[in-house]
Amino acid sequence: MTTTTADIATTDWRAQPRRRLSRRVAPALFLAPALLMFLVYVIAPIFASMRISLYDWDGVGKMTFVGLGNYRELLGDDAFYTSLKNNVLWLVLYMLAVPAGLAVALYLNQSVRGIRLVKSLFFFPFVISQVVVGVVFGWFYDPQFGILHSIGKLLGVATPAVLADERYVTYGIIAAGLWPQTAYCMILYLTGLNNVSPDQVEAARIDGAKGLRMLRHVVLPQLGPATFIAVVVTVIGALRSFDLVSTMTHGGPYGSSRVLAFYMYEEALSEYGYRMGYGAAIAVVLFAIMMVYISIFVVRMIRQDRGKR
Amino acid sequence: MFPRPIAKARPAVRVAYKASLPVALLVWLLPLVAVALTSIRGAGDLARGNYWGWPGEFDLVQNYRAVFVTSPIGLFILNSFRITVPVVAASVALACMAGYALAVYRFRANSWLFFLFVGGNFVPFQILMVPVRDLTLRLGLYDTTLGLILFHSAFQTGFCTLFMRNFISSLPHELIEAARVEGVGEWSIFLRVVMPLMRPAIAALSVLIFTFVWNDYFWALVLIQGNHAMPVTAGLNALNGEWVSAWNLVSAGAIVAAMPPVAMFFLMQKHFIAGLTLGATKG
Amino acid sequence: MKNFRAGLMASAFILAGAVSALAGTLVINTDTSDPAPKKAMQALIDGFKAKNPGVDVKWNVFDHEGYKSAIRNFLTADPPDIVSWYAGNRMAPFVKAGLFADVSDVWKAQGFDKTLGSALSAMTIDGKQWGVPQSYYQWGIYYRSDIFKKLGIATPKTWDELLAACATLKKNGITPFSLGSKALWPTAGWFDYLDLRVNGYAFHMDLTNGKIPWTDPRVKAVFAKWDDMVKNGYIMADHPAFDWQEAVPQMVQGKTAMYVMGNFAVAVMEQGGLKADQIDFMPFPTITPGLPPAEEAPIDSFHIPAKAKDMADAKKFLAYLGSGEAQTKINDILGQLPISTDAKVGDDKFLKAGLAVLSKAQGVAQFFDRDAPADMAKIGMEGFQEFLVHPDHLDAILARLEAARKRIYKVN
Repeated sequence: MTTTTADIATTDWRAQPRRRLSRRVAPALFLAPALLMFLVYVIAPIFASMRISLYDWDGVGKMTFVGLGNYRELLGDDAFYTSLKNNVLWLVLYMLAVPAGLAVALYLNQSVRGIRLVKSLFFFPFVISQVVVGVVFGWFYDPQFGILHSIGKLLGVATPAVLADERYVTYGIIAAGLWPQTAYCMILYLTGLNNVSPDQVEAARIDGAKGLRMLRHVVLPQLGPATFIAVVVTVIGALRSFDLVSTMTHGGPYGSSRVLAFYMYEEALSEYGYRMGYGAAIAVVLFAIMMVYISIFVVRMIRQDRGKR
Repeated sequence: MFPRPIAKARPAVRVAYKASLPVALLVWLLPLVAVALTSIRGAGDLARGNYWGWPGEFDLVQNYRAVFVTSPIGLFILNSFRITVPVVAASVALACMAGYALAVYRFRANSWLFFLFVGGNFVPFQILMVPVRDLTLRLGLYDTTLGLILFHSAFQTGFCTLFMRNFISSLPHELIEAARVEGVGEWSIFLRVVMPLMRPAIAALSVLIFTFVWNDYFWALVLIQGNHAMPVTAGLNALNGEWVSAWNLVSAGAIVAAMPPVAMFFLMQKHFIAGLTLGATKG
Repeated sequence: MKNFRAGLMASAFILAGAVSALAGTLVINTDTSDPAPKKAMQALIDGFKAKNPGVDVKWNVFDHEGYKSAIRNFLTADPPDIVSWYAGNRMAPFVKAGLFADVSDVWKAQGFDKTLGSALSAMTIDGKQWGVPQSYYQWGIYYRSDIFKKLGIATPKTWDELLAACATLKKNGITPFSLGSKALWPTAGWFDYLDLRVNGYAFHMDLTNGKIPWTDPRVKAVFAKWDDMVKNGYIMADHPAFDWQEAVPQMVQGKTAMYVMGNFAVAVMEQGGLKADQIDFMPFPTITPGLPPAEEAPIDSFHIPAKAKDMADAKKFLAYLGSGEAQTKINDILGQLPISTDAKVGDDKFLKAGLAVLSKAQGVAQFFDRDAPADMAKIGMEGFQEFLVHPDHLDAILARLEAARKRIYKVN
C-alpha cells in the first residue's frame, strides 16, 4: 500500500497542472496565515519587550539606553520583592485547587438522577469572567455589607476587613481565585475518572485496597494525564493573576497585594506610571519564571510525541 | 478512596448522598446566589441593612432596567459580541489550516513550529503588552474593536492550533491517502475530506474561545479607552467604580455580564467539556 | 488570509473616516464623564458655538479615570484640538515632551495676565503659558455643624483646638474623621494641609519639587502632627477598604463628624441625606503661627495639543473659555469657583466660604498628585496610607520615599 501510494503520488505530482497545490508547498501555505499572525503578535513582541527593558522610556518621549539599569533598580525595589513574594504565595496556594478539584470530582462521580446538572452547576464559576468573580468576592469581604461580616456577627466574632489588611489581603484574593480554578480542575478530573478502568479498581478492592491506599496506588496513577494538565493550567493561572488583583484591590492597601503581573501594568500604563522600560523589565522576569514551566511542559510533549510517532 | 458506585451502597448512604448534593451546591454557589438575590433587591433593603435576608421588596425589573438605561452596559455587551465573534471565526479558521499542516505533512520544521505555538500560548501577557500596544497604536487601531480582534485572533491561534493538530492527528490517515490516490488536490482534501470530520472539534473550540475572549479583561484595559469599543468586562469594572455602594446595581450588572458565556456553556455543554478536557485523558 | 485582508481593508476604512471627520472641525477631548461636568461642558460648547457660528465642534467624552492614561495615547497618535487636563506639575511632562502648544499669545491678546492672574503661575512653565484655567475649588474640613452645636464645640482655629474637639467627639462615641483611602489620593489632602500648616507653602513646593529630602526633620514634624490623629484613633478605621464616597455614609449617620475633602464632597453629602444647614466648611486650622496663609485649591484647565489640526479655532476656544461670561456659566453648573475676576461667583455658602479663604491665600497648592511628578505622587500616597495604618513604619516609609526622590528627580 505504502509503495503504491508513494508511486502514484509522484506520478500525480508530475501530471498535475500547475494550479494544483503541490505537496511540498501546501504545508507552507496552510501554515502561513496563522504563523504570520502569531509571529507578529506573540513571538516578535517577546523580543521587543526584552529590548525595551534595556531602555528608559515614558512612551511619549525619546528612548534612552540604560543597559541593565532597570534590572539593577529592580534589585533594590521593595515593591518588586513584595510582588515576587506574593507570586510565590499564589503559586503555592493556588495548587490547592488541584486536590480540591479531585475531591469534588470524586464526590460527584456517581450516577444518580440529575447529577449531570449538578456537575454543570459546580463548573459554573469557571465560565464566569474573573472580573465578575472579583466583584462578587469584593462584596463578600466588604466590612460593612459583606457575607463574611454578617457571618462573623452571627457568631460573635470580629471579622477583619480582609481586603484592607495587608496580613490577609493576598490570601483573600487567592481564595477568590481558587473558586473558579477548583471548578476547572474538577472538570478535568471528572473526565479523567471516566477513563479509570473499573476492572482494576474492582480487582484492587478484592485485594483489600481501601481508602487513601486505593487512591494512591490504583486511581491516581491512572489520572496522571489529568493531574498533569491540572497542574499546568493552575500554574499558568497563578502567574497570570492580574484580573482579580486589579478588580479587588488595585494592589492595595499600600501595594501589599501586588503581584508581578499587576506591578508591571502599574509601572508601564497606569495613571501614575509610564515607565515602559521598567515595566518591560518586570515582564521579562515574569517571563523567565514562566519559561521554567513552559519548558517542562514542552519537553514532556516532545517526549510523548516521539513515543507516538 | 475511589467511591463505590452509590447504587451498590446501603439505602441510608444513598439517601444521605442525594440529600448532601443540593446542600453542597448551595454552599458552593453561595456567592452567586447572594449576587442574584441582591440584584433583585430594592434600594430600601440595602439602606435598612437587609443584605442577606429575604428581600423586602422585589425590584427585579426596576434594577435591570436601571442598569440598561443609566449605564452603557447594553453597548458594552454589543461590543463584546463584536469582538468575540470575529475572533472565534478567525482563530478557528487559521488554526484549522495550521493544525492540518502540522498533523498531515512531514517536514523538517514541523515539531519546532508546533512547539512554538504551544509555548507561545503560555506566555505571560505582560511581556507582550508594551510592544502590542505600540503596534496597535502605529496601525491606527488603538481604541478600536479591530485592534483587539487582531490581537486576540493571533494569540488564540496558538491554543487552537495545538488543539486542531491533536484532533486531526487522531483521524484515520488512510482517508487522506485514499483521496490522494484518487488524485484529489491538497486544498480539496482539506476542504472536502478533512473539514467535515472536524465539525465536533470546531464546535468545541468555538465555545471555548468564545468564553476565553469574552472574559478577557487585561487586553481590553490595554487596547481600549472609550466606551464606544469597551467590552463588558472592562465596562463592568468601570461601573463598579461609579456605582459606589449601589450593590443592587453592581450585582445586576455582574449578572448581565456573566449571562452570555453561561448561556453558551449550557447550550453547548458537551462540546465545552470535550474541548477543555482534550488532553486530560490522552495527555 | 481572507480575514486578514478584510481586517486591513476595515482599518483603512476607519482611518479614512477619522480623517474626513477632522476637516474643518474643532475636536475636543474631555474627561467630563460625571453628570455635572458633562452638563457644564455642553454649556461651554454651546456658548462657544453661538459666538463662532462657522465652527463645527466634535466632542469626545472619556471616562474620568481612563482619561488619565488615554491622553498619552491620543496626544501622540491622534491629537485633537482641545484637551482637558490639570495645571502645575501635572502638565509638565506634556509640556517638556513638546505635546502641548504654547498659548502665551492668547493670554496676551485677552489680557488674561490680569483677569486670570491668580492662576498665572500654575499655568506657566519656562516663562510661557501652556493652557487656560477653567475653575478651581477649595479643600478644607467639611463638618457636621449640627453635631458640633449639640456638643458645644466651637469651630477649631488651631491644632490644639482641633485636638480638643476630637477628644470631645470621641468621648461622645463619635470617631472625629471620616476617610476612605482605597484610591490613595484622599490621604494626600491631609498631608498637603499638614505640611502647608507646619512648614508653609514655600517648603511644600520645594518638597514636591524634589529639593528637600523626605528624611528631613521638618518632614518628620509633619508626620508627628498626623500621628496626633492616628494614635488617638481620631481617623476612621478600615479606611483602606473604602472609596472616599463610601466613607460619607458614616458621616451622614453621625458616626463621624468631619472629612478633609474638596468642595465636590458637598454634593455627595447632600445626596446622602444631609441638609445644607447640617454641614459647614472650616479652613484647616493653624499649626505653626505666623506662616503666610496658604491653601489647597486644584485648578482644572484646557490645553491645545502641539499637533492640533485646527489651531486657529482652538485658540478662539481658549479665549472664550477665559472670558468672564464662560467662567460664570460653567462654574454655576459645576459648583466651583471661577478664576476670572470678571466672573460672578455662584450664590452658595460653601463657594463663598471658599472664596473668602482663597482670596487671602498667598500660596495656592495644586494637590500632591499635581504638584509632585506622577510616580513620586504614587509612591508618596502609598506611604501616607501605610503610615495611617502603621505609624511605627514611618522611618522605613520615609527611607523609601527618599530613595524614590533620588531616582525620580535625578538627585544624588
